[in-house]
This record gives sequence, C-alpha cells and structure tokens, in this order.
Amino acid sequence: MEAIVCVKRVPSTTTRVQVGGDGKSLDPSGVEYILNPYDEFAVEEALKQKEAAGDGSVTAICFGDGAAQKELRTVLAMGADAALLLSSEDAPGADGATTARVLADAIRGRSFDLLFFGKQAVDRDQHGVGPMVATLLGVPCISEVVEFSLADGKVVCQREVEGGRETVEAPLPCAVTCHKGLNEPRFASLKGIMAAKKKPLETQEVAIEAKAVEVLEMVLPPARPAGRIVGEGAAAVPELVDALKNEAKVL
Amino acid sequence: MTDILVILEARDGQVRPASLETLGAAQQAARGGAVTALATEKAEIDAAALGAAGADKVLVAGADAHSADGAAATAARVAKELGVGAVFLASTIRGRDLTGRVAALLETGFAADCTALEAGDGLVFTRPIYGGKALTKVKVNGPVAVASLRANHFPPAGRDAAAAVEEVAAEAGKGAVTAISGETGGRPDVAEASKVVAGGRGMGSAEAWSLLEAVADALPGSALGASRAVVDSGWRPHGEQVGQTGKTVSPELYIAAGISGAIQHLAGMSSSKVIVAINKDADAPIFQHASYGIVGDVAEVLPALAEELNKA
Repeated sequence: MEAIVCVKRVPSTTTRVQVGGDGKSLDPSGVEYILNPYDEFAVEEALKQKEAAGDGSVTAICFGDGAAQKELRTVLAMGADAALLLSSEDAPGADGATTARVLADAIRGRSFDLLFFGKQAVDRDQHGVGPMVATLLGVPCISEVVEFSLADGKVVCQREVEGGRETVEAPLPCAVTCHKGLNEPRFASLKGIMAAKKKPLETQEVAIEAKAVEVLEMVLPPARPAGRIVGEGAAAVPELVDALKNEAKVL
Repeated sequence: MTDILVILEARDGQVRPASLETLGAAQQAARGGAVTALATEKAEIDAAALGAAGADKVLVAGADAHSADGAAATAARVAKELGVGAVFLASTIRGRDLTGRVAALLETGFAADCTALEAGDGLVFTRPIYGGKALTKVKVNGPVAVASLRANHFPPAGRDAAAAVEEVAAEAGKGAVTAISGETGGRPDVAEASKVVAGGRGMGSAEAWSLLEAVADALPGSALGASRAVVDSGWRPHGEQVGQTGKTVSPELYIAAGISGAIQHLAGMSSSKVIVAINKDADAPIFQHASYGIVGDVAEVLPALAEELNKA
C-alpha cells in the first residue's frame, strides 16, 4: 500500500498575530512553527493503512521554506519512510491554488494508492488544497473525513456536513482530507526520533512563476466595542435579557 | 460588469439558505452582469424564490446523488460555456470541498470562506486567516475568480424577479455520496446558526449540557457550540467545536457559558455580533471580548436565563 501524505509548516495556534512591515503578511518575529494539527491525523491514517496492509510505504511531501525540514523530521519520527521538501522561500506566503499546483506537479508520475491531507491548514484556513491537488491529478477526493475504511479497492468514508453525516465511496487511487476525530495521532517515540535521522529527506528547489491569488493587504480585525458586566448571578438575568431585546436587538 | 455562476447547494432536494445569500452577493458583485444559478443535483426549484434572492437564470443538471468531482466537472463545463468571470459558492462543507476542484478545472485561483467583497476594478475579497486573528484582502489573478462565501455575511438580494429555469446535462464523478444521516436533533449547524449557545470546561460535566439545551430551546434557530477542552474530554461531538481548530462562527448572538476564552476559541467566535459571557471567574479573558457579562455560576444563571427567555 503506497501512501503519500502532504503536510505543512504553520504558525502555532497560540500565535498572537501581528502584521509584518509589508502590510500583507505575518510578522514572523517570535512566532513558533508547528506541523499543521490536521496533518497529524493525515500522517496517522497513512501509517495505520500501511500497517493494516502489511507492506508498502508512506512518503511525506511538504511545500515549505528550508525550515520546514523540522516538520518533515517530525513526520519521519512518527513513522513515515521518506520525505520530500519542495523548497521555496515563497512557500509560506503562497496561496492555496499555487500550493496545490506545486504539490500536484511533484506527485504526478509517482505511484500511490492513497493520498492524505489535513482538511485545512490552520494558517490560511482554505480547505481547498487537498481537493484541488486530487482534481489536478484526476483522482477522486473525499474531504473532511472522520471515518475511513478500505475494502476491495474501494474507499468508504464518513464526513460531517452541516447537521448530519455523509457516507462517500470512491475507487482507488483516492485522496482523503482528514478531520479531527478520524484517529488519535501517535507521538514520535525516542526510538522514532533516532530512526528519523537516518531516513531519506530529499530537498527539491521549486520556483514560483506566478501567484494564482494576490494578497493586497492584511489587517487585524477591528476591535470589538467595549462591553459591560451586567451583574452577578441569576439576579442579573432580567437585565441581560432586557439588554439583548431592547439595546442589542438580537431577540 | 461581471457574469457570475453560483453553484447552488441542495440537501434532501431543498436549496440551502446559504446559497440564497451567495446569490445576493453575486447579484451585488455582478454590477449588471448576469447571475446564473446551477443546481448540480436534483432539487426542487422555486424560480420565484431564487429570482428574488438574485438569480437571473437557473440551470438544473439534476444528478441523482451528490458527487463532488461530478458536480465540479458540471460547474466547470457550464462556467466555460457561459464565459463567466467568477464562480461563487456558499462556504459550507460541500461548498469548500468544491471550491478547489472548480479552480483546478478552470485553471485559476480561489479565495475560500470570504466575509466581504468589493466589486470595482475586478473583484476584491476579504477573507479571515489564522482562524480569524487577521483579515486579508485578495484578488484572484486567473481568468475566473472562484470564491466561496461564509454564511451570515451576505444578504439575499430581496428582488421582485423570477428566474428562468433550463435543464443542462450532469457530468459523472468517480466519488459519490451513498448515504446521509442527520444527528443534530433538529438544530442548525453551529457554523450556520444565527444564535449559538456554547459551553466550556466551566460547565463542569457532560450532564450539565441539559442547562445549555434549555437555553437553546428558548432561542429559536440556535445551535449548540463547545470549546476544545470540552470536545477533547469527550463531553460533546467535535462537530460542535468552535475555535481555530474547530468551526469559525459569526452569529448575531453568541452565549459563552463556562468558557474562559483561550486565544484559539476567541479566534473562532469574536466576529459574532453580540457576545454574552457567563463565568464565575470575573478575570476570565472572555469578559474582555463580551458585549454583556454575568459573573456567576452557570448552574444558577443558565436556568434563570432559560426561564426569562421563555417569558420574553
């Protein structure tokens, strides 16, 4: 079972976002970077499926700057067999469609049964790269998956949609974008971390010729108008409901 | 002037309200261009309602089941036939699944989950990033701007116009939905609801959710939400999680009970119009973001709130 898992290096979710000097991007000073949280579910599922099949390999691919070697080493330490860094200093600022094209170009020509992604990267929050890569490669994609099963060359997944769950089927090879709840991602063991140092991590330089989406400006959200403490305990409830009805007019 | 194609989303044969909002946004962005709605699956088409929301014409492809790759192929073919300058979708879970696929087939870029747009010299989309901690304005450089639009941010057009309806062929896909089941007890999804009643670790236990449900029952159209701590404890399903690694919501009213206000949670809900915080810790960060706060025990305040709302 050959699996490819696409991962991204993103700012930690605890980051206090500040706008950089160009007015268009994140000020990277003091920012801690991590493996995108949803990609952990993707890596786990790829490893689980390889283990269930009893043979095959898991290859991690990341479009990132040179520092993203750290996140790929994490994935190798979790158990992936090989890693490929598609390296560009423009990667952290690249839009979803540009990222998808870089990944699709690298994957085209490789053979795989399953292609895993996190359902979204928690920096740009687009949810679009997995389905776009799959479409560029001409393979089906099931997105935001919370249950995965594989039988007779067919993938059957469940995904949560607004107010319900969908069951979706698709033939192999197939792409899947992974949601929280799909599995419990393993931690890298000390043995895994040691082994990762000897696993192949290839770097290919990529050039971005044109961006598909141009960022014109980045700003912080407007500050919320100051609120007030209505009171303490149940006694404050009538005043709250009155304010919601007559002041805020939301009831 | 831009001709725009809007991909409608239907469930159980009914066009979803988020698609009507998308039609309104398209009508505004088209600035005199034609707005064409496309139903990729079989759906009951109310030409008057879709026309009022903003559609000049409705194309019905009528596939039997939702296939994301099939729907994307149908939409891309229609977009090329019509020569539109933009394709809009509602940023629902199905919508954001289609966005990248349609951009791939039209060889262009996409802007997902937009909260505002300006139609001047080309379309400029506002989209939150880092879970809502920042906003970007973006422009799609490709031949067609593909964009998904977040619920509760764009009003339907409210016109007095009916849309013409035509049938078109549906493309087949490799993947398909084979079953769909509901499980939210008749409440809307937290990402789409106009009112959200959310609980955090300060609720104390999973059983205490009956208190939140009583408040939600007193607020028609409301959904339940939860903090990450609560979902990680297994008290609530992760479909209810609000925050940077959950859903981003912008309801008219967000009630946060027993939620302290971690930065990741605030990112997911601070664009709500009115925020009510109930917490026994007067120093909880959530109070700095709340429109109205009550310092108190949720076990006392929530039953009183449900009772007062039922009176109102």
